[in-house]
Amino acid sequence: MSISVNGSAAEPPEDPRVSLLDFLRERLQLHGTKKGCDQGACGACTVLADGERILSCLALAVQYDGRSVTTIEGLAAGAAGEPGGVLHPLQQAFIDRDGFQCGYCTPGQICSAVGMAAEARRGVPSHVTADLSADQIALSRDELRERMSGNLCRCGAHNGIIDAISEIYAAGAVR
Amino acid sequence: MKLFTYARPADAEDALHQGAADGARYLGGGTNLVDLMRETIERPGALIDVTGLPGAIEETAGGSLLLGAAARNTAVAEHRAVRTRYPMLARAIMAGASPQIRNMATVAGNLLQRTRCAYFYDHAGSRCNKRVPGQGCDAIEGFNREHAILGASAACVATHPSDMCVALAALDAVVHTRSADGGRTVPLTELHRLPGDHPEIETILQPGELVTAVELPALPLAARSTYRKVRDRASYAFALVSVAAALDTRGGAVRDVRIALGGVATKPWRAWRAEEALRGRPAGAESFRAAAEAELADARPLADNGFKVELAKRTITAVLTELAGGEA
Repeated sequence: MSISVNGSAAEPPEDPRVSLLDFLRERLQLHGTKKGCDQGACGACTVLADGERILSCLALAVQYDGRSVTTIEGLAAGAAGEPGGVLHPLQQAFIDRDGFQCGYCTPGQICSAVGMAAEARRGVPSHVTADLSADQIALSRDELRERMSGNLCRCGAHNGIIDAISEIYAAGAVR
Repeated sequence: MKLFTYARPADAEDALHQGAADGARYLGGGTNLVDLMRETIERPGALIDVTGLPGAIEETAGGSLLLGAAARNTAVAEHRAVRTRYPMLARAIMAGASPQIRNMATVAGNLLQRTRCAYFYDHAGSRCNKRVPGQGCDAIEGFNREHAILGASAACVATHPSDMCVALAALDAVVHTRSADGGRTVPLTELHRLPGDHPEIETILQPGELVTAVELPALPLAARSTYRKVRDRASYAFALVSVAAALDTRGGAVRDVRIALGGVATKPWRAWRAEEALRGRPAGAESFRAAAEAELADARPLADNGFKVELAKRTITAVLTELAGGEA
């Protein structure tokens, strides 16, 4: 078996101690995914596993053998920054709405928001969802703040981050 | 991190066989165990990854809901039957950890997570009877604002950190396990042990025993239930006090009630005394407060956590008032 990373097959590490985060950064040289706290408290290492947002620092790479992982490098269509490359709409929105300062938490924020939107579409409630019987979730700012609370921004760019995510995913947004 | 072997068993039979080895541990989502291994607090020689074992959520012929041990926390909270029949459970899960962690964490892993007591984690500088049995406890005379006021002992005052388990305790949930001797069922309220003289032994599970499912019995009053969590920040923090409660009233009196507390005790704390004090009483603030007083009568606060006694009483009263249809 192998781990599919952004559509390419990768051999899982022989040493089972290697975290998915270290595997991505040090074996595959995919440096977009960031190491913040390395203990599940900050969200900087968030990636998508079969479309679900997870923390790659608390994941052992071997656990993801046979599964499909998407990192920030895999979100853009084509090679971003090169001819024909197009940023994911949320990446563009983070630029347009000042969704970052230093940028360290940004890949985790964006991967987290992509997973968050999929959760909301299928009706996953949150701590602030008033009506648990509802199958449709309207992503208000309160909902977005709660649903993005697993991603910390030390620069304090949270307002821009929520603006960017609202532009793409809030109730009434086109996409 | 100490070197270990990693295996994915084909089925429960295979898992039990491999889990019987000395130093073997079952691995769920890894959100707690991997962190503790990195800190060298947990040092298993073999990890048996049981996330591939059954994780379905199924309604049984008897009317209960069976949560497969490998079901992810998010999957439980979003399940329609959980949201409508057991809303306190959906709310408890959504009040815990972060969305990423809930996507990884399993039902069984949530039951068996370790305390977040800072002295338990501080292997380089603190004594802890959970980490090194008999060593002593630096929390009792230390910074103990977050520690237990109920169920503690002279050896340990660490709280059980789970939100999900608080709802399960209130819901009369039953844990299904398997071992070489066969299967058994244990009420959730009897799964975790009080610390006593041996805080390092946290559950009644035997070595190698595997949790296979958690069963939620049909409990009509749970449709009117909720979970309230009081914490230092609005999200992504452990409970100072939490209350899971379900209330059934008729003609202004309490017909039946379920209450459990989190953040205040060494195990998920079923509030039996408060429930007993409430049945048949008027469903109003006075009885709610009296029931809360009864439950907290044996509270033993430490130097920094005395606030939890009154906070727990007020939170119990507020949650019951909310369920009774009043302001809270």
